Amino acid sequence: MFDLLVTLIPALPLTAVLLNGLLGTRYSHEVAHRLGWGSVAVSFLCAIVVFADTLKTGVAQEVTVYTWIFGGDLTINLAFLIDPLTCIMLLVVTGVGFLIHLYSVGYMHGERGFTRFFTYMNLFMVSMLLLVMGNNYLVLFIGWEGVGLCSYLLIGYYYDRVSAAKAATKAFVVNRIGDAGFLLAIFLVFVNFNTLDYTQVFAQAGKLSTETATAIAICLLIGAIGKSAQIPLYTWLPDAMEGPTPVSALIHAATMVTAGVYMIVRNHVLYDMAPVAMTTVAWVGGLTALFAATIGLVQNDIKRVLAYSTVSQLGYMFLACGIGAYAAAIFHLMTHAFFKALLFLSAGSVIHALSGEQDIRKMGGLKAKIPWTHSLFLVGTLAIAGIFPLAGFWSKDEIMAHAFTHHYYALYAIAVLGAFLTSFYMFRLTYLTFYGQSRVDHHVAEHIHESPTVMIGPLVVLAVLSVIGGFPGVPPEEGWFHHFLRPATTGVGEEHSAGLGLVVALMSAATVIALMGWGLAHYLYSVRPEAAQRWAAGAPRAYQTLLNKYYVDEIYDLLVVKPTKRLGMLCDWFDRTVIDGMVLGVWRVTQSGSAFSTGFEKYVIYGLINIMGYANHLSARSWRKLQSGMVHHYAAMIVAGLFILVHLILVWWTGSSVIGLALR
Amino acid sequence: MTLPLSDIQAVLPELIVVAAACLVLGLDPITPQSKKTWLAWLSLGSLVLCVPITISQMGTRVSAFSDLVVLDPYACFWKLLLYLVSGLTILLSLAYLKAERINLGEYYGFLLLSLSGMMIMVSAVDLLTIYLGTELMSLSLYVLAGFKRFEARSLEASAKYFVLGSFSSGILLYGISLLFGVAGSTRLSAIAAAVANRGLDDPALVLAMILLVVGFGFKIAVVPFHMWTPDVYEGAPTSVTAFMAVASKVASFGAFVRVFLEGLGGLKANWYGLFLVVCIATLVLGNVVAIVQTNIKRMLAYSSIAHAGYALIGIVVAGQADTEGAVRSAGLSSVMLYLAVYAFMTLGAFAVVAMLRKGGLEGEEIEDFTGLAKRQPIAAFLMLVFMVSLAGIPPTAGFIGKFYLFLAAVNAGLAWLAVIAVLFAAVSAYYYLRVVMVMYMRDLDISAGLAPRFASSPAMTVVLACAIAGVVILGLYPDPLVSLTTSAVLTLK
Repeated sequence: MFDLLVTLIPALPLTAVLLNGLLGTRYSHEVAHRLGWGSVAVSFLCAIVVFADTLKTGVAQEVTVYTWIFGGDLTINLAFLIDPLTCIMLLVVTGVGFLIHLYSVGYMHGERGFTRFFTYMNLFMVSMLLLVMGNNYLVLFIGWEGVGLCSYLLIGYYYDRVSAAKAATKAFVVNRIGDAGFLLAIFLVFVNFNTLDYTQVFAQAGKLSTETATAIAICLLIGAIGKSAQIPLYTWLPDAMEGPTPVSALIHAATMVTAGVYMIVRNHVLYDMAPVAMTTVAWVGGLTALFAATIGLVQNDIKRVLAYSTVSQLGYMFLACGIGAYAAAIFHLMTHAFFKALLFLSAGSVIHALSGEQDIRKMGGLKAKIPWTHSLFLVGTLAIAGIFPLAGFWSKDEIMAHAFTHHYYALYAIAVLGAFLTSFYMFRLTYLTFYGQSRVDHHVAEHIHESPTVMIGPLVVLAVLSVIGGFPGVPPEEGWFHHFLRPATTGVGEEHSAGLGLVVALMSAATVIALMGWGLAHYLYSVRPEAAQRWAAGAPRAYQTLLNKYYVDEIYDLLVVKPTKRLGMLCDWFDRTVIDGMVLGVWRVTQSGSAFSTGFEKYVIYGLINIMGYANHLSARSWRKLQSGMVHHYAAMIVAGLFILVHLILVWWTGSSVIGLALR
Repeated sequence: MTLPLSDIQAVLPELIVVAAACLVLGLDPITPQSKKTWLAWLSLGSLVLCVPITISQMGTRVSAFSDLVVLDPYACFWKLLLYLVSGLTILLSLAYLKAERINLGEYYGFLLLSLSGMMIMVSAVDLLTIYLGTELMSLSLYVLAGFKRFEARSLEASAKYFVLGSFSSGILLYGISLLFGVAGSTRLSAIAAAVANRGLDDPALVLAMILLVVGFGFKIAVVPFHMWTPDVYEGAPTSVTAFMAVASKVASFGAFVRVFLEGLGGLKANWYGLFLVVCIATLVLGNVVAIVQTNIKRMLAYSSIAHAGYALIGIVVAGQADTEGAVRSAGLSSVMLYLAVYAFMTLGAFAVVAMLRKGGLEGEEIEDFTGLAKRQPIAAFLMLVFMVSLAGIPPTAGFIGKFYLFLAAVNAGLAWLAVIAVLFAAVSAYYYLRVVMVMYMRDLDISAGLAPRFASSPAMTVVLACAIAGVVILGLYPDPLVSLTTSAVLTLK
C-alpha cells in the first residue's frame, strides 16, 4: 500500500502529461485543466499519507519500482527514498504546486496553448518529484534535467516573443554549465564508491579522503549554483521572468530553483567532510544574498524585483547550508516557497488587473481598486521582510542567529545587511504599487478589476501559510520541524544551543533591522517621494550600475558568448580554407624561397598535393567544372593527416617534444 | 577444391543478400515503372529472411573458408544492426524516391550490394577480405550518392566521394601490403603473431598501422580525414545520406575494432596515443563547426563526425596500457552500444529531414523547420526527441550511450577525457536545440514564400515509429542491449 502510494505521487501527474500531451486537442480546455490540477491534488493527498506514515514510523524507507540499468558491477534502480527530508519537499512541491495549478486556471484563461501549458506544468511536477524522491544520483539527475527542460519550455511559452525565446535559451545553456559539474560529481561518486545509491554512498563516506570529498562537493556545488541561480550563474533567473507568472511562482521561486539547496542538504554527509567546500557554499550564498538584494533596490519591473529577491533568498539558504544549519536551510526553503509563491501570484494578479502592465512606475494607488490583492501582497511583504511573527521572520532569523552563535561574524554582518535591503526593496515595491498617486495609463485604468475567486482562493491559502508557516520551527533549532528533520540532517559537529537571552537579543536585532528597512522605504516612497529621486540623482554612477545589474550580462556577453561564437566561425573558416592557405603558402615560399629549397618544394610537396589534380586532368575533363579544385584540397588534408600521425609516432619514440612527453 | 557445407552455411545471409541484389538488378529492366515498389519489398523480404538465420548463428565463434571469415556474436550483433538500418532505409526510400522522381529499381540492388559488403567487413578476419568488403560497400555507395543524376550537387558528391574514397582505399591497401610483407599472410591471427615477434618498435609494422588508421579513419570520418563528409552528405539523396551516416559508419567501426584489437592489439602502446589525439580533435572540430551550419544535412554531417569522436573514446579506453580485461571489454561494448543508439537517433532525424518538402524540392535548411510545431506537432515532437537524444539528455537513448562511454573512460583512469567529452556534449546542445527552437518558438512568415510541408506515408510512419521506439525504449530500459553487447564483445580475441 505504502509502495503504491509513493509510486502514485509522480505517476499521477505523468498520466496527466500523457493524456493532455497526446489527446489534449481532442477535448475541451475544461477537461485539460481538471486533469492538470486534479492529478496534482491527488498526488498531494498521497504525499500527506506518506508523510503521516513517516511521521509515525520515523524511519527512511526505500521503494523500488524497477531495475533501470545493470551491467557489470553497476546496478541502478528507479527507486525512491522516503525520509523526513523527502517528505517535507514532497509536501512543499505538491502542495504549493497544487495551489499554483489552481491559480493558473484563472490566470491562463483564454491564452492560446492552454492545454500545452498544463502539459508542461505537469511534466515539471513529475520531474521535480523524481528529483526529490530518487534514492540515487541518476534518478536525481533525470529529475534535474527534466525540470531544466520544462523550465526552458515554459520560459519560452510565449515563443513568438523574441525576448522569451532568448531567455529560454539562456536559461538552458547556463544550466547546462552547472549540469556538467553535477555530472562530473556523479562520475566521481561512482568511481569512489562503485554505487550511486545515497544510502550506500553515505554509509561508506568515511573512507573518502578530504581532498576527494572536497572535489565531489565542489562539483555538486557547481551544479547547485547553476540550478539555484547563485553567483556567478544567476543571470538566467531574472530573464526567466519572460515566462507566464504562475511559472515564475512555481518553477522560478518555490520549487525548481531550490533544487540546489535540496541537493546540498541531501549530500550533507559529503559536505561535512569538506570544510573548504562548506566555506565556499557559505560565501557563495552570502555574497549572492547581498549582491542580488542591491540590484533589487532599483529595478522597475515588478517581477524582476521579485526575481532578484528570489536569488537573494536562495543565497540565504546556501549560506545556511554552508554554516551547517541544514534544517534552517530547508525551513527557509519551505517558508520562502509559501511567501514567494504568494508574492508572485499576487503580482500576477496585479498584472492581470492592469492588462499586462509590469512597470511599477506606471502603477500606484491600487490599494483601493484591488483591495484583496493589496492585502495579500502586504502579507507576503511582511513575511519576506521578516516582521514578527510571520513565517519569514522565524526562518531568516534562525539562519542569522546560527551564523552569529557559530562565530561566522562576517557572514552574519552580510546577512543582516541583506535583511535590511530585503525589507527596504520589498516595501518600496509595495508603496510604489499600491500607495500614493495613481500613475496608471488612462486606458488601462478603466479596466482595472479584482481577479476571480479561482485566483484569489489559492492566494488566501498561501497567505495563511505565510503567516503561520513559521510556527513549526519555533523555538529556533529546537522546534517540531527540526526534530522531524533531524534523522536526515544531523551533521558530525556537536549541537550547541545558545542561551535564551542571546536568542531573544538576536531576534530583537533582526526585527529592528526589518523595521528600519520598512521605515526608510516609508520615508522615501510615502512621506517624501521626491527624496528618492534626489538620492538617485546624487549618486548617478552607483544608481546606473545597480540599474544595469552591475553590467554582468554585458561582461558575460563580451567574455564568453561572443568569443564562443567567434571560435565557431573561426573553426568553420579554418575547416574550409586552411588547405587553401597551406597550398598558397607553399606556393609563396616556392616563389620567394632560396634556390635549393625551391626545387624540393616544387617537385615533392607541391607535386604531391597536385597529384590528384593531374590525375583528374588525365581522366575526366567533364569533372573539372564540378570539382573546382576542392577535391585535391581534401586529399591533401588526408596526406597531411598521415604525416601528422607519422610525426606523432616519431616524436613519441624519440621523446623529444612536449606533445610526445605529454602522451607518455 | 571443395567447399564444405558448413562454410556455405556460415555465409548464408551474405549469399541471400547478394542473390536478392542480383535478382533486383535483373528484374529491374522488365519491371514496369509503376511496379518498382515491388523490388523494394523483395529487398526487404531478403533482409527479413536473414534475421532469423543470423540470430541462430549467434552462438560460439566459428571460422569458415580457411579462417577468412568468422561467425561470432560480435559479427552477428553488427549484422543484425545493419539489417535493421538497411530495412529502415528501404522503407524510408519508398516515398522519398518517388517524390524526387528517381524511383529506379537498381537503387535497391545497390543498397543490398553495399549491405553485403558491410556484412563481409564485420565478419572477416583477413585483411584482404575486409578490404574487399569495404570496396563492395563503397563502390555501391558512390553510385547511390550520385543517384539524383539531374542534380549537379548530387553528382558532385558522388564524384568527390569516389575520388577521395579511392585515395583512402589506396592508402589502406598500402598498409595491408606492408603487413603482408612483414607477416607473410593477411590473416589477423598471423599478423598478431608477427607483431608479438617483432615487438613494438618495428618501423614497417608501425607505418602499416598508421596507414590503416588513415584508411579506416576516412571510412568512419574522423578528423583530419573527415573533409569529404559534409559535402557528400549534403549532396547525396537524403535516404542515401542516412544510410551512409549510419550503416557505413557502423560497419567500418565493426571492422576497425576487430582489426586493431585482434590483429594489431600488440601495438596498443603505439595506436593509443594516435587515437587519443584523433578522438579529441574530432570531438572539438565536429561539435564546434556544427554550430555555424545552416543546412540541416551539413549540420547532421558534422554531428556524425562528432559522434564518431565519442565512439572512439571506447577504443581509446581499450587501448589504454593499464586497463584490465573488464575495463577493456566495457570500453568496446560501450562502442557497440553507442553505435546502436546512434543508429536509431540519426536515422530518425534524417527520416524527418527526408519528409520535409518545399515545393518540388527538399526542405533541407534549418530555417525550413520554422514553426513546424504548429503545423505538424507530431513530426516536430519526434524531431525534438531525436535532437534531445543526439544531445545526450536523459532519459533518451543518447544519454545512455554517452553514459556508458564516459563511465568506461572514467574507470580506465581517463576522467579528463570524459570531462572534455562532457563539455563538448554541452556545446552540442546548442546546435541541436537550435532546431528545436526554430520549430517551437518561431512562427512561419507565410508571405516569404512556399511553406515547407510534410510528405508523410505509411512506410515513413513505420520508420519513425521504429526510430522513436528505439530512442525511448533504449533510454528507459537498455538492459537487454547492454547484456548483448557485453557478452558479444567477449568473443573478440
